[in-house]
Amino acid sequence: MEITAAEALVRCLEKENVEIIFGYPGGANLPVYDALYHSSRIKHVLVRHEQGAAHAADGYARVTGKVGVCLATSGPGATNLVTGIANAYMDSIPLVVFTGQVPTTQIGTDAFQEVDITGITLPITKHNYLVKDPNKLPGIVKNAFHIAATGRPGPVLIDLPKDVAQSLIEFKYPATVRLQGYKPTYKGHPARITEIAGLIKQSQKPVIYAGGGILSSRAADELLQLAELISAPVTNTFMGLASFPGDHPLFLGMLGLHGTRYANLAVTECDMLLALGARFDDRVTMHLKSFAPEATVVHIDIDPAEIGKNVITHVPLVGDVKLILKTLLQQLERIDRSPWLSRIREMKEQYPLSYNREGGLKPQFVIEQLSRFTKGNAIIVTDVGQHQMWVAQYYQFRKPRTLVSSGGLGAMGFGLPAAIGASIGRPGDMVILVTGDGSLQMTMQELGTMMEQELPVKILILNNQSLGMVRQLQEFYCEGRYIATQFKFHPDFMQLAKAYGIPGYTLQTEEDVMNLLPQALSAPGPALVNCLVPPYENVMPMVLAGKGIDEAIDY
Amino acid sequence: MKHTLAVLVENRPGVLVRVAGLFSRRGFNIESLTVGRTENHDISRMTIEVDGDDRLIEQVTKQLHKLIDVIKISDITREEYVDRDLVMIKVNAEPGQRVEILQMAAIFRARVVDLGRKTMTLECTGNEGKINAFEESLRPYGIRELVRTGKVAMLRGSRFAGVSSGGKNDNNGE
Ligand SMILES: Cc1cc2nc3c(=O)[nH]c(=O)nc-3n(C[C@H](O)[C@H](O)[C@H](O)COP(=O)(O)OP(=O)(O)OC[C@H]3O[C@@H](n4cnc5c(N)ncnc54)[C@H](O)[C@@H]3O)c2cc1C
Ligand SMILES: Cc1ncc(C[n+]2csc(CCOP(=O)(O)OP(=O)(O)O)c2C)c(N)n1
Repeated sequence: MEITAAEALVRCLEKENVEIIFGYPGGANLPVYDALYHSSRIKHVLVRHEQGAAHAADGYARVTGKVGVCLATSGPGATNLVTGIANAYMDSIPLVVFTGQVPTTQIGTDAFQEVDITGITLPITKHNYLVKDPNKLPGIVKNAFHIAATGRPGPVLIDLPKDVAQSLIEFKYPATVRLQGYKPTYKGHPARITEIAGLIKQSQKPVIYAGGGILSSRAADELLQLAELISAPVTNTFMGLASFPGDHPLFLGMLGLHGTRYANLAVTECDMLLALGARFDDRVTMHLKSFAPEATVVHIDIDPAEIGKNVITHVPLVGDVKLILKTLLQQLERIDRSPWLSRIREMKEQYPLSYNREGGLKPQFVIEQLSRFTKGNAIIVTDVGQHQMWVAQYYQFRKPRTLVSSGGLGAMGFGLPAAIGASIGRPGDMVILVTGDGSLQMTMQELGTMMEQELPVKILILNNQSLGMVRQLQEFYCEGRYIATQFKFHPDFMQLAKAYGIPGYTLQTEEDVMNLLPQALSAPGPALVNCLVPPYENVMPMVLAGKGIDEAIDY
Repeated sequence: MKHTLAVLVENRPGVLVRVAGLFSRRGFNIESLTVGRTENHDISRMTIEVDGDDRLIEQVTKQLHKLIDVIKISDITREEYVDRDLVMIKVNAEPGQRVEILQMAAIFRARVVDLGRKTMTLECTGNEGKINAFEESLRPYGIRELVRTGKVAMLRGSRFAGVSSGGKNDNNGE
């Protein structure tokens, strides 16, 4: 029996076990919505802005490990997705993004609401398709899900012209994927693995530098086993946080720009740096020449293009880090490294994370208490700015995929929609959004989505009445000439909460945190907690531009 | 150093944009790029010349590999290969100069493909050096128009850079 390509699309999504789509309708995707109307298996979440749809699908993907799906119409609907797609691309998050397009007969004529979205998203998608032949749609959808989820994950976009969506086709979902030019390498080269095992045995002062790849390959257990077996301290990139227990004695916290002093010093002193699913980002390495100067660098990554991109690697190994660690573990025995571990303990004691508790309610204190109250049993979503870094420093993560944050793109406004996606993806878990007054105001229209979906998201605003992170940059790099970083108008967040029917709390003192925060967290349903924190607090430590990570400044 | 890459790609709309876009976005400079279909109509072959040190070429190659439509890349720079470029030159040719120009053409084994009242159009194939020399030798007469196809290249002997010699390499980062 023939069905429309739009109906076929919905069947494809059902075959891919898609449960949820975040989207926004319009003329060009009308046929797809009409087909969705008849699906009992796929739930649609109506957002308030397409950027929210992409971020929500992204948040959903990060906490579930599944592919996130979103849908927008042509023209402005499609361009509104762009930030969300770029965000998923930078952080290697699997998404399949559908856009409506003007009919094929009108493509190229500057038709109403026509934009070349495959052209626009070329550099920010892993791959994209403009569907011209309706019969090819099922195969394209099959490929898109495969490409998005395998190898190094990423977003794939499918642009579907309206007339194609309305065409009748004989539906058949292909059983297999055929892509000549796409064959990710999973199994690591055995000889290299043996070489690495040998290097680990020889090394006196190894450090494991673990990134987002650990989470995407679900290798947290193997990482823990490796660290304990070879007595190597572990530092996480920002994206790698939650892949190693925050309360573990071998944990060094985050490294890099706002990393702990001891993580950065350990990397500087180490004789072997074992990079696992991490991409030597400039926020991590800072001044390249002084990064891990003593170390033999071993780099394990699924993407060959990451190897040797930023630093010279002594031992490269392409493959899936989980599979590789499993093999590596079989070739290793327990190693004791008392001198190195006592040196690490010494650094931790000498240079602990610290802040000044005087002078109002400190944001670091709020996060410390949040960490204590939740004991790592929550999903923490953040926006972008100082508050994000304080979460990275002061929250102890205990379980994989409990941090959802925009690392590579650093897109303010990610938080609220991503929290919505996370809460839908993991309905049993408490989802806490830590945001800033600047970031929240970028996408706060999604409060409507949150309430419509009855999501118990707890929103914690570290409200410094400013764009704190950039203000901090102006303090250090522009001699305190503050421009465009201090808001002169401040919304009444309690009234805002009320407008959406969300219980609101204002916290001004440490006592408020001790009394009201547990209350806000334990009450059923959502909460909006406005923490009034001082405007001139800085994220410390901090590595100034051009400096090595061993030269961080601190309080 | 100039590198010559033979790149096999799916013969689909947009492939050229993907490849060219990658070069500009990552700041790699294309010296020349030619594209045409192969013995298999679903596959096109690009010959790309790019200038850079080994580390840059390694990045170019790895980034190209990531394009889903790219099937295979061979850096043939250090191999034995034959390369050809084709040029058409429309040169000023008053009746009195024609014999001289034809003699010049004979040296380069160029052919006359068109004659105008005051011009001649010549076609010449060969490697880059030969084409450059041909151009220089005609310059004194006054070149009115010149068009080159850009370089195409093929490995010598029974070695292939085609699909038949295996799929996309499993690149281990070397
Ligand atoms: C304001 C701000 C400040 C920041 N400060 C810091 C900072 O101080 N320190 C810091 O670390 N970051 C910081 N970041 C984040 C930073 O920008 C990068 O996002 C982050 O460092 C990248 O982390 P990653 O190297 O783990 O790479 P990711 O982006 O997580 O990439 C994952 C890597 O793993 C690989 N991979 C994926 N799957 C697999 C698999 N199955 N097997 C093997 N490999 C795989 C990928 O190919 C990729 O190379 C900051 C961001 C912001 C917005
Ligand atoms: C979309 C976007 N625009 C601009 C920036 C630059 N930027 C980085 S952090 C920041 C300030 C964030 O302010 P806020 O959300 O209040 O957080 P705070 O730093 O005060 O904790 C800005 C403007 C950005 N990251 N994203």
